[in-house]
Amino acid sequence: MPQSIEQVKDHAELFREPEYQEMLREKREQFECLHSPERVKEIAEWTKSQEYREKNFAREGLTINPAKACQPLGAVFCAAGFADTLSFVHGSQGCVAYYRSHLSRHFKEPASAVSSSMTEDAAVFGGLSNLVDGLANAYALYEPKMIAVSTTCMAEVIGDDLHAFIGNAKEQGSVPKDFDVPFAHTPAFHGSHVNGYDNMLEGILSHLWQGRERTPGESINIIPGFDGYCVGNNRELKRMLDLMGVAHTILPDPSDVYDTPSDGQFRMYDGGTSIEAGKAAQDAKATLSLQEYCSKKSLQLAKAQGHEVASFHYPLGVGATDEFLTKVSELTGRPIPEALLKERGRLVDALADSMSIVHGKTFAVYGDPDFVTGMARFLTEMGAEPRHLLATNGTKPWAKKLRTTLEASPYGAGGQVWPGADLWHLRSLLFTEPADFLIGNSHGKYLERDTGTPLIRLTFPIFDRHHHHRFPTWGYQGGLHVLVRILDKILDGLDAASDQAGVNDISFDLTR
Amino acid sequence: MSFEYSSDKDFHEHLIEEVLEAYPEKSAKRRRKHLNVASAGEDGASECSVKSNVKSIPGVMTIRGCAYAGSKGVVWGPVKDMVHISHGPVGCGMYSWAQRRNYYTGLTGVDTFGTMQFTSDFQERDIVFGGDKKLKIIIDEIEALFPLANGISVQSECPVGLIGDDIEAVSREKAKDIGKPVIPVRCEGFRGVSQSLGHHIANDVIRDWVLDKGEPEAGFEPGPYDVVVIGDYNIGGDAWSSRRLLEEMGLRVIAQWTGDSTLAELERAPQGKLNLIHCYRSMNYIARHMEEKHNVPWMEFNFFGPSRIEMSLRAIAERFDDTIKANAEKVIAKYKPLAEAVIAKYKPRLQGKKVLLYVGGLRPRHMINAYEDLGMEIVATGYEFAHKDDYQRTMSYVKDGTLIFDDVTGYELEKFIERIRPDLVGSGIKEKYSTQKMGVPFRQVHSWDYSGPYHGYDGFAIFARDMDMAVNNPVWSLFKAPASAAA
Repeated sequence: MPQSIEQVKDHAELFREPEYQEMLREKREQFECLHSPERVKEIAEWTKSQEYREKNFAREGLTINPAKACQPLGAVFCAAGFADTLSFVHGSQGCVAYYRSHLSRHFKEPASAVSSSMTEDAAVFGGLSNLVDGLANAYALYEPKMIAVSTTCMAEVIGDDLHAFIGNAKEQGSVPKDFDVPFAHTPAFHGSHVNGYDNMLEGILSHLWQGRERTPGESINIIPGFDGYCVGNNRELKRMLDLMGVAHTILPDPSDVYDTPSDGQFRMYDGGTSIEAGKAAQDAKATLSLQEYCSKKSLQLAKAQGHEVASFHYPLGVGATDEFLTKVSELTGRPIPEALLKERGRLVDALADSMSIVHGKTFAVYGDPDFVTGMARFLTEMGAEPRHLLATNGTKPWAKKLRTTLEASPYGAGGQVWPGADLWHLRSLLFTEPADFLIGNSHGKYLERDTGTPLIRLTFPIFDRHHHHRFPTWGYQGGLHVLVRILDKILDGLDAASDQAGVNDISFDLTR
Repeated sequence: MSFEYSSDKDFHEHLIEEVLEAYPEKSAKRRRKHLNVASAGEDGASECSVKSNVKSIPGVMTIRGCAYAGSKGVVWGPVKDMVHISHGPVGCGMYSWAQRRNYYTGLTGVDTFGTMQFTSDFQERDIVFGGDKKLKIIIDEIEALFPLANGISVQSECPVGLIGDDIEAVSREKAKDIGKPVIPVRCEGFRGVSQSLGHHIANDVIRDWVLDKGEPEAGFEPGPYDVVVIGDYNIGGDAWSSRRLLEEMGLRVIAQWTGDSTLAELERAPQGKLNLIHCYRSMNYIARHMEEKHNVPWMEFNFFGPSRIEMSLRAIAERFDDTIKANAEKVIAKYKPLAEAVIAKYKPRLQGKKVLLYVGGLRPRHMINAYEDLGMEIVATGYEFAHKDDYQRTMSYVKDGTLIFDDVTGYELEKFIERIRPDLVGSGIKEKYSTQKMGVPFRQVHSWDYSGPYHGYDGFAIFARDMDMAVNNPVWSLFKAPASAAA
């Protein structure tokens, strides 16, 4: 009997028991009509070949295992960073169930959003009445201070006009006339979640700033961009800016709502950038984006207000943090304080201590374009060699810029950039031009299994490991976390390769 | 089955009034019809009717999904030797990628494709000019890169039905080109009111594009004990721990629909002697069709918890000869010590604990006796996307005073949990963390919270272990901060 009460076996062990193995073998042989093991083996080998890679890269229509999501996910994430703000997604309801699940699986936190639940009749007549009723219900039940409206592709295809609809809803008394209902059209068939983030942020800021007179001040705005590590990173960002004594506003900051405590109370809203702070952000001296490809429109809006603007590419490591802090210092006249310089020195110290572990190791990196650029740059600082840099939502200009960055370092010279490619492309790349390690998200585990390339999970979404996002990756302290994650993976691999007593344990070293 | 208890009817009726107060009048009127309290009927079964399978109210935070989720996510996705194209923009396939834990064997990417995400990643030009041309290219590319795929399905996302694409014509044409089934599914997310229509559409497509088109299978010899398991998606291996019991009683499971299934298993099903339905909601349609067209009878069964397993094994055996009946008794006897040991170990730790369920499909009723086998009591239960016949089937499971909710909203569920304070909530990922923050133990009962299987005797041991782990976890005692904390 495979099951036992002393040590209850779940799927991880149960199906390895001989009774189940035999049952599955018989099912396969008698009933499944799959191809012969020889044929499967032959094709499996062929998928690893250069010939297969060429066929794979010749794809024009099919996307397989992409590393990008759709616009409204970014919009929902963005709106969550404003205090007491409820996301209202106009269109089909299943989409909202998906965004909520996706965010919850990553953050291990509740993710609230409502839908206007459009169905066939709305497809024919438009979704006005859904929006009118929906705003009234959401306002009554969830008592938000702001409702941020975005769209699913259904509403976009039929051409619902949010501006007119929201005006109409206010006329009909769904919400008070002075209640904040910013909006953004977020078509899923254009760009990706990073664009949805940008569109929603632009929508919210332009709403909050509309009809308001700007009084130029000294504060700076920081746009973090779509970031699965926002919990750790935004807090680290605020800590660094506080150490510098810089007045700042994070636009927007979901670090609290995606990290609420367990103390007996469910907080649907927690923390975030207040509406007042969002309005006052108009007066800022400058707006800095930490992810250029998440913020093009929002930065344009800030620039049009007279802000100085600058953007970065997910600042990981020493040089990128230096540049960010230097920019902040230039803008505000506040020097980088001793405390941060000591942190910098500690990160450099750690890199020096561990150089022999990372040096010359090759990496494949995928994720959002800014993340990939930031990661590639940090790897070259470690003396590692980024080999494949891939962003499904990366554009050709992104690729061109990253190539220039890579060429600036002897360690980056061998790096190849793959804009628009997906993880099935990367599979071919890892078979034909292997890398020692892979940096990405949980979806990379299939590549790890198929190609044997150890995966380091450092970007959204991370479903199958817990709590990493609670620790920063930005700044000097964040750089230390990233370094340790990479070192652990390399060193665990060294131990695993020499862990059999008397067989291969010559280099099973106590000190490394 | 003799476990008697009741819930506080007045309190639950009061709770319904309380939650309705928060709604605007028009919505309160609509929601009222979906909430009720069961009352004991004369024949022992409870009476309770709620309105179901109607549109969700906008803006209330329904927990439901869509037709695409019902077809690609539930029915078609687990058919492992086919490539299922999420046809439309990138998101739907992304969010549903490998999330239902439909276990299967095979070499992914070579002869099976279950944990992959194939999408046409619609761009603006596909919306403007239509996606048919791209779909043709995609089908050719699948054939070139995945020669061992035994078929392709086209799972429509919202835009497909709005822009007038003719995926049926493309599918017919390309099926001829590649010499394999290409199956179009019109499961656009805006169709219907929930996942449920997606199940129905997926069933109809199996009828029209698989069963009606399939060639008789060469070399397959039907036997007297051939059965087909329908509506088990092998979440965490459920269909496997079920299959074992059926095989042990001498039945031959010639197909599984659709957990760990192949296209051949779909095609072969009408040759069975009996269709065994676990998830009635998602697959009753095709069972009725096979009954009418192929004369294959069907029956429902329930493999959650020893009481229902025992009943089901006997009921299934009743449809066969004495050999099978005797075998069923042997199987029951064989597993009795395990079931008793599980109950002896866990019941003292779970006795009298109150459970609130909110799920889809079959589980709001099917799981009830498994909890009761462990001495737990169901205080409230509800369905995301049930129809009237589901609620009718629920009445024999629930007790006097049980709170019943249909398409519950986030607001209602939070209030019900807060006021009832059950000892355990079983629902989905979207409900998990908000419940736990309140200090109420929770288990996901869609994905088995990454555990499972829960079906069969082997699964019951895991189920009991997991419920005990959740209910009696030390973490719940840590919520209260020290008294000296700042107010």
